[in-house]
Amino acid sequence: MKTIYYLLKKEFRQIFRNRAMLPILFVMPVVQLLVLSYAATFEVKNIRLHIVDNDQSAFSRELTQKFLVSDHFRLTGVSFSGRVAIDEMQRHNTDLILHIPAYFERDLVRNRKAQLMLSINAIDGAAAAVENVYAMSIIQDFNENIRVSMADDALPSERPKVFSITQSFWFNPELDYKTFMVPGILVLLVTMIAVFLAGMNIVREKEIGTLEQINVTPIKKHQFIIGKLLPFWLLALVELAGGLLMCWVIFGIGVAGSIWVVFLFASVYLLVVLGIGFFISNFANTQQQAMFLSWFFMVIFILMSGLFTPIESMPSWAQVLTEFNPVRYFVEVMRMVMLKGAGLDDILPQLTRLVIYAVLMNGLAVVGYKKVA
Amino acid sequence: MKGFITKEFFHIFRDRRSLIILFGMPIVQILLFGFAITNEIRNVNIAILDKAHDTSSERIIEKMLASGYFVMNGYLESEDEIEAIFQKGKIKAVVVFGPDLDRNLATGGNGAIQILADATDPNTANTIANYAASIVRDYQAEINLNTTVPFQIIPEVRMLYNPELKGVFMFIPGTMTVILMLVSAMMTSISIAREKEMGTMEVLLVSPLKPVQVVTGKVLPYILLSSINAAVILLLGYFVFKMPMEGSLIALMGTTLLFIITTLSLGILISTVAHTQQMAMMISLMGLMLPTIMLSGFVFPIDSMPWPLRFLSNLIPAKWFIIILKGLMLKGVSITYLWKEVLILVLMTLALIGLSVKKYAIRLT
Repeated sequence: MKTIYYLLKKEFRQIFRNRAMLPILFVMPVVQLLVLSYAATFEVKNIRLHIVDNDQSAFSRELTQKFLVSDHFRLTGVSFSGRVAIDEMQRHNTDLILHIPAYFERDLVRNRKAQLMLSINAIDGAAAAVENVYAMSIIQDFNENIRVSMADDALPSERPKVFSITQSFWFNPELDYKTFMVPGILVLLVTMIAVFLAGMNIVREKEIGTLEQINVTPIKKHQFIIGKLLPFWLLALVELAGGLLMCWVIFGIGVAGSIWVVFLFASVYLLVVLGIGFFISNFANTQQQAMFLSWFFMVIFILMSGLFTPIESMPSWAQVLTEFNPVRYFVEVMRMVMLKGAGLDDILPQLTRLVIYAVLMNGLAVVGYKKVA
Repeated sequence: MKGFITKEFFHIFRDRRSLIILFGMPIVQILLFGFAITNEIRNVNIAILDKAHDTSSERIIEKMLASGYFVMNGYLESEDEIEAIFQKGKIKAVVVFGPDLDRNLATGGNGAIQILADATDPNTANTIANYAASIVRDYQAEINLNTTVPFQIIPEVRMLYNPELKGVFMFIPGTMTVILMLVSAMMTSISIAREKEMGTMEVLLVSPLKPVQVVTGKVLPYILLSSINAAVILLLGYFVFKMPMEGSLIALMGTTLLFIITTLSLGILISTVAHTQQMAMMISLMGLMLPTIMLSGFVFPIDSMPWPLRFLSNLIPAKWFIIILKGLMLKGVSITYLWKEVLILVLMTLALIGLSVKKYAIRLT
């Protein structure tokens, strides 16, 4: 016990002595949380619209007006030829072209049907689909208005069979994206701090040569690992507490469930993540290598965690892979507890998996650490 | 000078482990993300509360399951179960059919259908609610086939550059940018910081080599490595994911090289600030990697962000490179259309190099 105490004292001194690292540890995450929470949104807003109106009629102007007043669209250009419009899209100046052909109004009144053209930049397929829905709903709205205003000469028809569809959105009725992303981004920041600091720390001692000095002391393997693990574990928990506080103060997102469940889960989760960091450090001789390896796994863990893109949409083999991803469980649990108020029994499956994972990774780290240079 | 560059190459190529990671990583990531990551929404678990149990409800359920968007995950008995089932987290939406749908429809009333979505993920919730509603409307149109609609506007929609709305087309340019950022900016900054930390920088500084030569020597091997990586990623994108290559290959190579140089100068700038490898790494990581992923238009559309972030995104070199990549590969525009983006990257590079020269300290403290 005493050995571990001295080791801890040494580690903490080294962390807090390094003045240049302190702002990175404590200020950067705050900035990141602020910036990223606003940036991470799949909502589609401010669609850059280009209008080609070859009709110049009352109808075409009314339709254009409808697009302009909608807050989904932002007009970036008007022209009279499709060529110019496409050119604008090629130049990355616009994403959606509304093309109203000549005789649009005449066709609609005389032939009772008229055509329109929408060209959408579909490189971002998901956004394009949403842009399409927005544009279509404006056009349908407009169409409905026209139908009502011309209704007197419309054929009387039997009343169609209609379903009344109500949609309700639970837990987040305003569909605020920040509510969804903030808990996840918190996970991201805590994880990065833990993995990188821990992974780099041992390798740094290796590189500088101080690890050899520790190796020749009577310090046992597990004592050494615990001495390395505890400081970063505490540090990450402190960061988490700070992050939660910020979420509550700045975004008004509190913890709907019990805060102890969050911390219980986080403490197990951090053991896993730190274990992975140490495991990696066994395979790296230089900090550059350690960094590379950690980076490699981090990017995979983050992008495959369901934080940004839904896991359900992945092919089934990839879904199986995510079962081995600790970040996935923490993101899930944070959202469940913070937003939906899930209790301990709801998150039990995730918790047991992480406990097994933690024992495994730290076991491997202790076994893999050889007291030879 | 030549000897010094050879030394740097030896340093890098001697380290087999790093080399394997350096070349293996992009391949694994591109393959993994290309196949797995998509922001499309499919296979959402839903539950059904069917109080009608008649033709309408059964036909609609059938249509929903056939659409591929939904996976059935059981029937509920009453509304009280909904909250608990959402809290478990697996089921994202519940569709409630009101009683006596068929009879209400036939007698001129409305058939009531409720779609309840777990909106902790607002994007998914919104999308699946819309999917479900459109399936119901489809069915509604089917049973109303005989009623005609006057004054119809028929919109023709063209999805340009990516008619199948594939997610890969977004992710390949993005992943390529992130990987180049890592290899060039992070690796150079760390390798220079390493010389400082180990004390070998002092040896280099007292040697007859000029600082410019030292830095050039450090950077050259990474230009080569990054170029190889870029080529591998592009080939994978082209052959495995069928990314089109519409524009000029020479322009693509030229701009890629330009971007590599931009990121390298960024790496040099970081290394003039950082004293230890750990610091260089944390700055690269927090200052480069996350903003590159989040603010470059790689995952999230920039146009949807609040204006301070839209403004900030202009400072991220990756944003401009992604625009160039998409323009050259998918839109097939000639480089003259992209002069603005190229110019911005050139200016950024010059500014970064200027800054690093100014901050470069000949003496170590």
